[in-house]
Amino acid sequence: MVEILYLAAAVAFIVGLKQLGSPRTARSGNRIAALGMLAVIIITLVTEDVVNWVTIGAGLAVGTALGAWFAVRVQMTSMPQMVAAFNGFGGLASALVAAVAVVEVDLGSIPPETSVALLASLIIGAVTFTGSFVAFAKLQGILPGRPLLFPGQNVANGLLLAAMVGIAIRAGVRAEALSYWTVGGIALLMGILAVIPIGGADMPVVISLLNSFSGLAAAAAGFAIESNPLIIGGALVGAAGLILTVQMTEAMNRSLANVLFAGFGSGAATATDSTIGERPVKRATAEDVAIALRYAQSVIFVPGYGLAVAQAQHALRELADALEEEGVDVQYAIHPVAGRMPGHMNVLLAEADVPYEQLLDLEQADPRFAHTDVVLILGANDVVNTSARDDPSSPIYGMPILNVDRAGQVIVVKRSLSPGFAGIDNPIFYEDKTLMFFSDAKAALEETLKALKEL
Amino acid sequence: MSPLVVGITVFVLASFVGLELISKVPPTLHTPLMSGANAISGITIIGALTSAGLGRSGLAQVLGFLAVVTATINVVGGFLVTDRMLEMFKSRSARRTGSDG
Repeated sequence: MVEILYLAAAVAFIVGLKQLGSPRTARSGNRIAALGMLAVIIITLVTEDVVNWVTIGAGLAVGTALGAWFAVRVQMTSMPQMVAAFNGFGGLASALVAAVAVVEVDLGSIPPETSVALLASLIIGAVTFTGSFVAFAKLQGILPGRPLLFPGQNVANGLLLAAMVGIAIRAGVRAEALSYWTVGGIALLMGILAVIPIGGADMPVVISLLNSFSGLAAAAAGFAIESNPLIIGGALVGAAGLILTVQMTEAMNRSLANVLFAGFGSGAATATDSTIGERPVKRATAEDVAIALRYAQSVIFVPGYGLAVAQAQHALRELADALEEEGVDVQYAIHPVAGRMPGHMNVLLAEADVPYEQLLDLEQADPRFAHTDVVLILGANDVVNTSARDDPSSPIYGMPILNVDRAGQVIVVKRSLSPGFAGIDNPIFYEDKTLMFFSDAKAALEETLKALKEL
Repeated sequence: MSPLVVGITVFVLASFVGLELISKVPPTLHTPLMSGANAISGITIIGALTSAGLGRSGLAQVLGFLAVVTATINVVGGFLVTDRMLEMFKSRSARRTGSDG
């Protein structure tokens, strides 16, 4: 009977995930999944032989208060690091479940598959925990976003991995608690070392992969305590996270191995530094921009992370409304990796009530640039960098870009000429048809709107 | 079938369901989807509740308590934050009919 109830919850997760895939049903999908989770919690509390009600009650209360507080307080721009943090907590929980078993269970009497599951839950959970919080720290600016590299890093990681596997085998064979703890400790260290050398621009891929890991950690915990709903939920998330990760690396035209081990973006900046700031650019004022936009028939906005940082999504929407009133056709081109997570920019624009019909993805936007009068780039750089298309020596060569240089005119709003997150100069800034408006995205949009109203 | 074989069967089938479910999602929804999937990975709360409920030694109690806290943060925070994101997805028609937004 209990198994049937758990099955109903598993169906809720599947239906929920399915509905999360469509804009119309996404919200109800999330709620169905949440209801499934509530059911799981209640069923577990009712059917398990719970002896420590105080511990459980206190844990649920503290966790609910903290989780709700984080969720309500977080700003939409900080969503990537928030997901990373929640993910880290999930990984830690799975590792702790394994840890409790190591303390409580007679390790000598458990079958081999259970010790394998315990070790897997401990290792994957611990890696997810520290890896997610390093990703959080990089996105939050607590740690530098650039790759932190030291000589022999991959060799050191390889040796550590070998040591961990060796001790894990010893832990299983000899049934020693101390070996389990050592394995957990090494796994914590490995999570840090694995994410530290990865550049901030690649954090979305890392978070997505760690999301997949947290699912696998939960599934491993499910094998350890023989709980099928845990295995189902964990496997669903493990597979979902993996698919998302692959889609993200494809959007950047890179392999997962390249993202994880290449220390991307660390060497590129020095290679191109010499050319930055030496070539002339055309500067524009808010009035210039307002005139260009007002007398265009069609405008495409290309928002990037700079827009998110400046919290300028509402100002952008106001400018778009003003232009639409003047009869200008307005659309938004969203690169798959704009912002810090796939779909992050869509969330920010949705927050500002931009209708999703106006949002173009890479394929939809591409044929339109040639028929567009003005492209306004807001704090985006790498996703419109033509060297990815034209310069085989560029580190980002091959990454699909928004071909904004095919439009009639390009206006770039940017705080300075400094290169983007990947540290690569952008030839488009120096083109004849390009106007550079050096400003914070929010200030630029507000000034332009003001100038537009005065025209 | 032994519990292990049942578990492996369930794992493999659920993985394929997950792959099929996700492969057709528009990029717009990737962030909320990642966040929602992350909340579902908080299913490990089953393990946390079981561990905390059964723990006898002091150390197991402390670890179990922390497992419940962290799993609950993952679940509650994950679903709430996903709902907050999705609340903002509105089509043009919804904007017109809605109160002056």
